[in-house]
Amino acid sequence: MNFFIKQHRTMDIQVFLQQIADQFDDTDPSLIASNTEFKKLDDYSSLTALNIISMIDDEYDVILKGEDLRNSITIEDLYNAVKAKL
Amino acid sequence: MIASSPFGLENKVVLVTGASSGIGRAAAVEISKLGGTVVISGRNEVELARTLDLLSGVGHRVLACDLQDRDEVAELVDALPALDGVVNNAGISKFATLGHLNEDQFQEVLQINTLSPIFLLNRLIKTKRIRKGGSVVFTSSIAALQQATYAYSMYTTSKAGLQGFVRIAALELAGKRIRVNSVNPAMIETEMVGKSGWITPEQYEADKQRYPLKRYGRPEEVANAIAFLLSDASSWITGTSLVIDGGIGLR
Repeated sequence: MNFFIKQHRTMDIQVFLQQIADQFDDTDPSLIASNTEFKKLDDYSSLTALNIISMIDDEYDVILKGEDLRNSITIEDLYNAVKAKL
Repeated sequence: MIASSPFGLENKVVLVTGASSGIGRAAAVEISKLGGTVVISGRNEVELARTLDLLSGVGHRVLACDLQDRDEVAELVDALPALDGVVNNAGISKFATLGHLNEDQFQEVLQINTLSPIFLLNRLIKTKRIRKGGSVVFTSSIAALQQATYAYSMYTTSKAGLQGFVRIAALELAGKRIRVNSVNPAMIETEMVGKSGWITPEQYEADKQRYPLKRYGRPEEVANAIAFLLSDASSWITGTSLVIDGGIGLR
């Protein structure tokens, strides 16, 4: 369904952490680290989940499945899930 | 002898776009069951051939066409017989939240869901392909009317635009005795729904429970409504949005 060819980007955990932090409206970015259990943040909601999936689609051209998100506990898990699909 | 029902589609020739899957395929099948002759169109010739196999009766045709391509649309319309009905059904869905929208993707959705069906009708009218008393049905969505769903801005905008067009087309074509209506389904179990993979099977089941009728719709249930709007049973209905939603609008 995706007719547009995008440049696949290489991944950098620092960049990724910033990109994840940007999806939270009210969470201090300093709380976002590799081992952060992001779904436990007060600010996490179904919209945050969709924003994360959209961001990853937009930035990495990777379509994360609902299961990938469900199985990711820390941000590093999420990073690895994306990296595995690059 | 049994009098023919106004719900029947005998002697009617109907073009169905997006007939290679989902609602379009189901509509083609239903129209054929009701005695109508169908011209099915879409991009995927293999799937169109499968739809053709499912049709009742004889005389149906496949005319493959990419409705985004103006030359192909012109060829399609030139090849069409006089029509009594048009089911403008082809559509796609893409998902992204506002901050991550991609303009090329958005334009593609607007092209396929909004502009292509509009310009197909434009050409059918220009070439007088639709007979007096004809009926045009657009597959719209409850998204065009009132629903707001996260990450659905491309689809919702495209269908809301189409919905506006339906009203104007109904008004302008009334003089030709051509009726124009839309069907507005909520979530229907089609290939399009499963494709995103964004939601888990558990979330999928939970979403179904939000519906008073406790399930998503089936393509055949939308096809039945389309058949009604094509038939003479709806001869005084034009400019209407027929909601098919398992009661979700009551929530």
